Amino acid sequence: MNDYIVSLIEQGKRIDGRKFDEMREAHVEINISKNAEGSARCKIGDTEVMVGVKMDVGTPYPDSPDEGSIIVTTELSPIASPEFELGPPGIQATEIARIVDRGIRESKAIDMKKLGIVSGEKSWLLFIDVYPVNDDGNLIDASALGTLAALKNTRYVNYENGKVKFGEFTDKKLELEKTPITFTFIKIGNSILLDPNAREEKAAEARLSIAVYGGRIHALQKGGDRGFTEDEIEKMIDIAIKKEKDLKKVLDKAK
Amino acid sequence: MTGLILNEREIVIPGDKIASGMDYLPGNGAFREEEDIYSLQLGLVSLNGRFVKVIPLTGKYFPKEGDIVIGRVSDVGFGMWMIDIGCAYSAILNMRETPEFIDKGADLSHYYDFNDVIIAEVTKVVRYKDVSLTMKGQGLRKINGGKIIDITPSKVPRVIGKQGSMINMIKEGTGCNIVVGQNGKVWIKGDKVEDEVKATEVILKIEHESHTQGLTDTIKKMLEGN
Amino acid sequence: MSYNKRLDGRKFDEVRKMHAKVGIIKRADGSAMFQIGDTIALAAVYGPRELHPKFLQNPERGVLRCNYDMASFSVTERKKPGPTRRSTEISLVTEKALASVIDLDLFPNTVIDVFIVITQANAGTRCAGISAAAMALAHAGIPMKDMVAAISVGKVGDKIVIDLDKEEEDFEEGATDIPVAMTARGKEVTLLQLDGDVTKDEVMEAIKVAKKGCDEIHKIQTKALKEIYKNE
Repeated sequence: MNDYIVSLIEQGKRIDGRKFDEMREAHVEINISKNAEGSARCKIGDTEVMVGVKMDVGTPYPDSPDEGSIIVTTELSPIASPEFELGPPGIQATEIARIVDRGIRESKAIDMKKLGIVSGEKSWLLFIDVYPVNDDGNLIDASALGTLAALKNTRYVNYENGKVKFGEFTDKKLELEKTPITFTFIKIGNSILLDPNAREEKAAEARLSIAVYGGRIHALQKGGDRGFTEDEIEKMIDIAIKKEKDLKKVLDKAK
Repeated sequence: MTGLILNEREIVIPGDKIASGMDYLPGNGAFREEEDIYSLQLGLVSLNGRFVKVIPLTGKYFPKEGDIVIGRVSDVGFGMWMIDIGCAYSAILNMRETPEFIDKGADLSHYYDFNDVIIAEVTKVVRYKDVSLTMKGQGLRKINGGKIIDITPSKVPRVIGKQGSMINMIKEGTGCNIVVGQNGKVWIKGDKVEDEVKATEVILKIEHESHTQGLTDTIKKMLEGN
Repeated sequence: MSYNKRLDGRKFDEVRKMHAKVGIIKRADGSAMFQIGDTIALAAVYGPRELHPKFLQNPERGVLRCNYDMASFSVTERKKPGPTRRSTEISLVTEKALASVIDLDLFPNTVIDVFIVITQANAGTRCAGISAAAMALAHAGIPMKDMVAAISVGKVGDKIVIDLDKEEEDFEEGATDIPVAMTARGKEVTLLQLDGDVTKDEVMEAIKVAKKGCDEIHKIQTKALKEIYKNE
């Protein structure tokens, strides 16, 4: 099957007829689970991911006494693919979680200071849990977009007299400073493909994920055994910047 | 009440009562409990003389005698090959069931090796599990080149169409050589990759929209346009 | 203590609003969603497929393997991802609730995997999972002699009520939860659990009430399974 994909790509074609820089249709739905502080379902083609945000109050890290923190967990549940197995998160799950985490944290999508409650004593913890439901490739972008949608619609849980009242929601919304959108590319032969499906992912030799916001790069993650040339990297960044507004639109009109 | 309770081509789910009394016998996908015959699977009721069968509509491929399937050699054994045809068990191709005459003691991998893809016919199925194949027959052979795509086995009849009308239209429209295995594996080979892509698109479209009205026209338009 | 009116206004034998959908996960051999009130369960079936490692294989019959899991965000206070003693036990009773209708003798040495994920929880999650899994198994084309539906019945105060919600489960004067699974045709009870203090008559009444609820679920399951083919 890989041979076939490679030979197609050599002739400028993709197995599903898309152009090399064409994304599958993306769709986002919010508030999919009532007990979550924030939740969303993101579909990119047949790939489907659910994201839930839960909050709790904890002790800030000593080196950042005024800040809260986020914890991203991805579970590649065997519900989503015949290739996933039960057990603790493997390398693939951990990598997705890390990419999502850094896409939020390093880009300062959330101002961690706003999550502080009492300096050095109390701050908000944000648990972001990512559950793939159907894996048809590019779980990274679906997870990242789903996470933004869930965060964008997160409301604080009630915190009174030093106690978190789980299940009681307030009107206060989580403030999202930025919405960096992640785009993943793979390289097969000398071709660069945006948004790989599951079959293409299997044939991928190198991979690059780029998070962009307002035309600026907020995160990069390279995967795969081979490397990219400078030209290729530049090309991928150009495409990501060009496509940002398309996905921003999907995110903004999510219901 | 005895006799048939549900009609032919009616959709049944597991446990639905299809017939009552001893006039009918349970075939594939059905079973008898006391006087009654019930469905064992989600599928369509089908009658064959006194036999009441249920033709499965979903899920993995369940082999039937007479099915033409596309399979991959998964093991080379003594006097036979194991063929992966996409169901729970590997099928067996005995060395006597190939078009070639093969000497006893010959190295079988010389004829069909690991990962070779073949078109074969299912000759015998015992309780889902023991599946025998033959390659003696018209069109049964090893496949070279081209590509294989997977579709849901229950959609195969739609891709083939009445008396092969749909598949012949796709073959003519794309100029590709196409073999549709009952196990949902479809082999496509054309002169140009564009033709293969077109054939793939059309077949996947049929799979996705198999329930819609006017599918033949949609496909015809797809094949005529570029 | 008397419980005269249900907190959400339902009748004592009234099941919450239900919704079912089949074929929700494309990569699975069979899949289904079942919603009852605010509880939502997804189920996917993979198989029959070869069972690894080989020593787990049974040469006489296939193995049914169920896994029940709650999404971390499905409950008000986040549940740490991964298995717990509770989920392991529910996985096991789910297996037992479904195994009797499946013709496992047909598939020696293989496994049929059932994965259940609760995405939104408001009581009765194990039952919702079983009702979803039965549809997913049928959708996967697995030979089954019957369908299975499950519903929780409980004693709230002094009343036997069907399909408790979270508020009722937490009823101050005490509530006893009795999850029941039943085959559609055979009316055999394939899941029965209870922790609490009730009389024999109350148990028998609970089963009788559950039977009615399971019949309603079976109708919804049947409709959802047939719906995907209504145009064929």
